[in-house]
Amino acid sequence: MPGPTPVPTPDTAPYWEGAAAGELRVQQCTSCGEHYFYPRPFCPLCGSDAVEWRVTAGRATLVSYVINHRPFPPVEEPQVVALVQLDEGPRMMTNVVGVEPLPANLPLGLRLQVTFEQRGEHAIPVFTPAEAAR
Amino acid sequence: MTTMHGGGIAIVGASETTAIGSLPDISMLNLHADAARNALADAGLTTTDVDGVATAGPLPHEVSHHLGITPRWLDGTMVGGCSFMLHVRHAAAAIAAGAADVVLVTHGESGRSRVGMGGRGPNPSSAQGQFEAVYGAQAPYSTFTVPALHFLQERGLEREALAQVVVAQREWAIGNPRASRRTPTTVAAVLEQPPVAWPFSKDMCCVVTDGGGALVLMSSERAADLPAADRAVYLLGSGESAEAPMVSQMADPGSFQAFRRAGAEAFATAGITHDDVDHLMAYDAFAHLPLYMLEDLGFVGRGESRDFIADGNTGRGGRLPMNTNGGGLSYTHTGMYGMFAIQEAVRQLRGEAFAQVPDVRTSFVQGVGMFFAAAGSLVLSNRRP
Repeated sequence: MPGPTPVPTPDTAPYWEGAAAGELRVQQCTSCGEHYFYPRPFCPLCGSDAVEWRVTAGRATLVSYVINHRPFPPVEEPQVVALVQLDEGPRMMTNVVGVEPLPANLPLGLRLQVTFEQRGEHAIPVFTPAEAAR
Repeated sequence: MTTMHGGGIAIVGASETTAIGSLPDISMLNLHADAARNALADAGLTTTDVDGVATAGPLPHEVSHHLGITPRWLDGTMVGGCSFMLHVRHAAAAIAAGAADVVLVTHGESGRSRVGMGGRGPNPSSAQGQFEAVYGAQAPYSTFTVPALHFLQERGLEREALAQVVVAQREWAIGNPRASRRTPTTVAAVLEQPPVAWPFSKDMCCVVTDGGGALVLMSSERAADLPAADRAVYLLGSGESAEAPMVSQMADPGSFQAFRRAGAEAFATAGITHDDVDHLMAYDAFAHLPLYMLEDLGFVGRGESRDFIADGNTGRGGRLPMNTNGGGLSYTHTGMYGMFAIQEAVRQLRGEAFAQVPDVRTSFVQGVGMFFAAAGSLVLSNRRP
């Protein structure tokens, strides 16, 4: 699906480099142990700067969503704009793809697996229902 | 000594722009000017009386210079649609501290016609740009709305609850010539509309208009000497808070912490309880927001907001008349609606509203800004404690 592309900053470059390599990466604080999102050079939960990048399992649960019937160009089809929670804890916005965008296909709590959409020079992490993932 | 809360500060002038709706011949900055001049006239003052200016959208010195005001106090706090609640709060603190005597708070936005407005959309290297906009979480209707399904499902509610909000608020706007949507509707009709961003149909989303509003504040001592002193509205309490700049980073998608914090501080500083509130303005860019606010502010318990509205408590003759101008869903919504919520509270407290509620003494005004990022709360009264 086409759409806007991100402009990474030095702090977020490892995230986008990970996506290009087929990895969904988030940071983990080695002081308090929590994973967090979005990328920052310090832990927003405890303030420690002892943080490291981790490759997540790429699995998540559907928390909430809308089916956007009025997407901005160049997107033309209804788009599932979804809030998901990674198994590691952080929540992120994403799209659910690989399924007809109908409420019946999108029960809250649906298990999801990350996949990547190439968009220009960037790979964008999106999610697909876990049973459909290969 | 003048105090920030408890009635020491008064709103002495309040007005919207002369017209609202579709105004393709008026620039954003001149919407500010029209509202400001109307509000000053309402107070019996002129620009020469003003020494403090607060605004959001344009920078405060753009507004002050445009109006010919030389300020000694400026506030450009910009947290979206509730910025004006924060401006009132900050102005009260400034006046109480002696940093300003007469503060003008202005809003103007060419939200529909886009005359004199800048570009849209976040910086693509901001967190919003990198982690939300790429997914189509760009327009308010595809971003602010995302947590709603979670809220509903947690409480065992259906999207019908959103339609109940629309219908209840439409009732207040029926026949009001300034309201954008002013004909009756039904829950079934709202549910049958094509979705904009499912579960939200068209009328569950606010109207998009051009317009503005302004307020004039001063100490209540000074207000007592004005010709229209009997129309003064007093600030009893206020609160503000903020959470994440991205909807996806709300601490809890089923409850907004900033509503809870700002609301609790407003009640505490005003020294009132929920039973003291006669009238509620609950900023409704989308139909889920009054549900969150009723619960997060503590007017009802968790999961009780839908029934409270469906049972008529927020309508005419109800226990807690809410969004009596019809709200952003029916009356008007320029983009930063908070100013219009305050204007309606002032009209109700003055007894000058289109759909006037009898015997309003205390109004609670709840704002939200930048989607689920910021919140501002005001407790206003027509009597000084």
